[in-house]
Amino acid sequence: MSDVLPALGQVAILVTALALSTPLLGRHLARTYTSERHLLPERATYRLLRVDPDADQSWRTYALSVLGFSLVGLLLLHGLGRLQPHLPLSLGLDPLPADGAWNTAVSFVANTNWQWYSGEAAAGHLLQAAGLTVQNFVSAAVGMSVAAAFARGLARSRAGGRVGSFWTDLVRSLVRVLVPIAVLGATALAVGGVVQSWHGPRDVTTLTGGTQPVLGGPVASQEAIKELGTNGGGFFNANSAHPFENPTPVTNLLEIFLILLIPFAMAWAFGLIVKDRRQGGAVLAVMALLLGASTALLTWAEMAAPGTVPALAGGAMEGKEVRFGEAGSALFGAATTGTSTGAVNAMHDSFTAPGGGLTMFNMMLGEIAPGGVGSGLYGMLVLAVVAVFLAGLMVGRTPEYLGKKIGQREIVLVALYVLTTPVLVLVGTALALSVSPGVAGLQETGPHGLSEALYAVTSAANNNGSAFGGLTSGTPFWNTLLGTCMLLGRFVPIVLVLALAGRFAAAPRLPAGAGTLPTHRPLFVVLLSGVAVVVVGLTYVPVLVLGPIVESLS
Amino acid sequence: MKTLFSLYRQSLAGLRAMLVATLVLGVAYPLVVQGAAAVAAPWASQGSMITADGEHTTDPDEAVGSALIGQVVDDPDLFQPRPSAAGDGYDTLASAGSNLGPESPDLVELVTQRQAEVAAREGVDESEVPVDAVTASGSGLDPHVSVAYAALQAPRVARAHGLDVAAVEALVREHTDGRTLGVLGESRVNVLELNAAVLRAADGD
Repeated sequence: MSDVLPALGQVAILVTALALSTPLLGRHLARTYTSERHLLPERATYRLLRVDPDADQSWRTYALSVLGFSLVGLLLLHGLGRLQPHLPLSLGLDPLPADGAWNTAVSFVANTNWQWYSGEAAAGHLLQAAGLTVQNFVSAAVGMSVAAAFARGLARSRAGGRVGSFWTDLVRSLVRVLVPIAVLGATALAVGGVVQSWHGPRDVTTLTGGTQPVLGGPVASQEAIKELGTNGGGFFNANSAHPFENPTPVTNLLEIFLILLIPFAMAWAFGLIVKDRRQGGAVLAVMALLLGASTALLTWAEMAAPGTVPALAGGAMEGKEVRFGEAGSALFGAATTGTSTGAVNAMHDSFTAPGGGLTMFNMMLGEIAPGGVGSGLYGMLVLAVVAVFLAGLMVGRTPEYLGKKIGQREIVLVALYVLTTPVLVLVGTALALSVSPGVAGLQETGPHGLSEALYAVTSAANNNGSAFGGLTSGTPFWNTLLGTCMLLGRFVPIVLVLALAGRFAAAPRLPAGAGTLPTHRPLFVVLLSGVAVVVVGLTYVPVLVLGPIVESLS
Repeated sequence: MKTLFSLYRQSLAGLRAMLVATLVLGVAYPLVVQGAAAVAAPWASQGSMITADGEHTTDPDEAVGSALIGQVVDDPDLFQPRPSAAGDGYDTLASAGSNLGPESPDLVELVTQRQAEVAAREGVDESEVPVDAVTASGSGLDPHVSVAYAALQAPRVARAHGLDVAAVEALVREHTDGRTLGVLGESRVNVLELNAAVLRAADGD
């Protein structure tokens, strides 16, 4: 259905919008995380929280604040899920089962938004608004705060391991960035046709005399932050494929824009925070390069439509909406898996084999192109340290990044960071495929069945949250496995990144010497892109061969 | 011990923060958006419902459905929507795609069967059946069909309602949305609005 020229035009509009927004929002973000002034609503919040906004925390205290805050969020959300029938606006729905409530609480606190349940059948309006929407905001703010702390660590010199105040970063991320943009975005989405009401299902008599409930709910308010915070948990089961979440090609492009808005701007802000705009530019270039390549490949795969069913039917429209077509679905798919969003406007399980494989590869990159809000930036910066270190080994350069020496302790932290997710993905998938409760969840057999399991664990461990929906994941086994992957996949890297930030903040920032590898030149952009792809390649090629690659070749 | 005590103290601040966040982000924020939507989009924010006359309404008792949501067309004389994997078809309480993969034998069988059905219904060769007529959408609630699938059905609908094919084709064009700005999305035909218009035309309105 899609044609090449309109597909390119759609991308051109998106690129133009991002080119305009990135420097503007980037500057605003940098100011948000460096300004000494507190706004009036912020000061009021600090008083309520009883925290000192000017306290400069050590990385350890910062990490404990993140963990303490997230732990409380997890318990509260678990409680809301379990107590659902006793809450107002619950639409008469049952409580979530214990394993399901735990999975959902972890999922939203970890900015993953994996959903084992179907929104319209399991979650009432209060759970959606006061539980899930709140975590959509604050889990995004946590990611942005950690990225800000890491950038500060690199910017400071001999600061005794102090990286800023988590509470200040958290409150400012919300007050100055997420809430204002979400209000604007939600209103625009509602004008575009997204539902925003407190009605439950209301029956109408259809044109041919049948009955069909028309649903309501605070959808637009959740939709905006779902995309803006790279969360991805849909109000409805069909997520952004649902016409009430994403009614037109215009809302589709707006949602894609909201997904990519903050991750790219964070890279720009990074350059400003470390007082070297070119460094931010280099990181941004790598993100744009990788996302551009994956968008092009994914769009080609869906439009060329290889495979048995697409050849028979005359195109790859299974699981896609007519209003978006192949191109609009592929663009959304690239954006949602290149960030850690996981919203979908088409069913990835029904993508062509190379298309489905690409969405998986995007997640396996560790969600750095451009990645989740905050997590994309710190993930990319960790890889930049790897790139500098590799260059040091290859051509004898001094391993240092932005004037910070990369010593043994730093590289151990980096190695642990890089290994955490692959270990979770590969061990988790192997476990799922070797026990019967794991295999029982698969819809299909053979390579596509393996892809369903691999996609699920990859999505959880990388905090993406999208799914090959054929998997029946609402069982105690899958809820527990995926919940564990989401929890460890979010908070182990965060602690490691903060530890690294602390070490950088304690170290002096050395002036660049003759042996320093410049990290703002095109050469470094190529090197960093290469490192990102090669590290993933080496880790995941064997399992990708068994799943999507075999399927593509069959 | 010191770490645990520190975690406890931070969790207390976390608890206060979560309570404030729940009130501000979980209650006030949706209400603000609600207010803005009620002013800026009083019809759409309530579900974009339409009447049999094609008028906008916010009263479910007057409506025949939402312009954004596909529905089962239980009348062989009208335009048929795409196949749906939502429940037994267009079940708004169970939005879903089939999630069948590109090599799935089940999906091969379904597509083959749908091609035969549509071809027989419209009296054309199976090779002329458009892709959206034989594939289920992602939501299972797709309100649209492609321009090609609407064109394929127009002669049958015209015959059944005693209308000129040209008149029905004009109605199809009237309910076709092109690509926004010439590039966004795909051309598409809204099935509910089109069927309502066909019924009105057949009644001689």
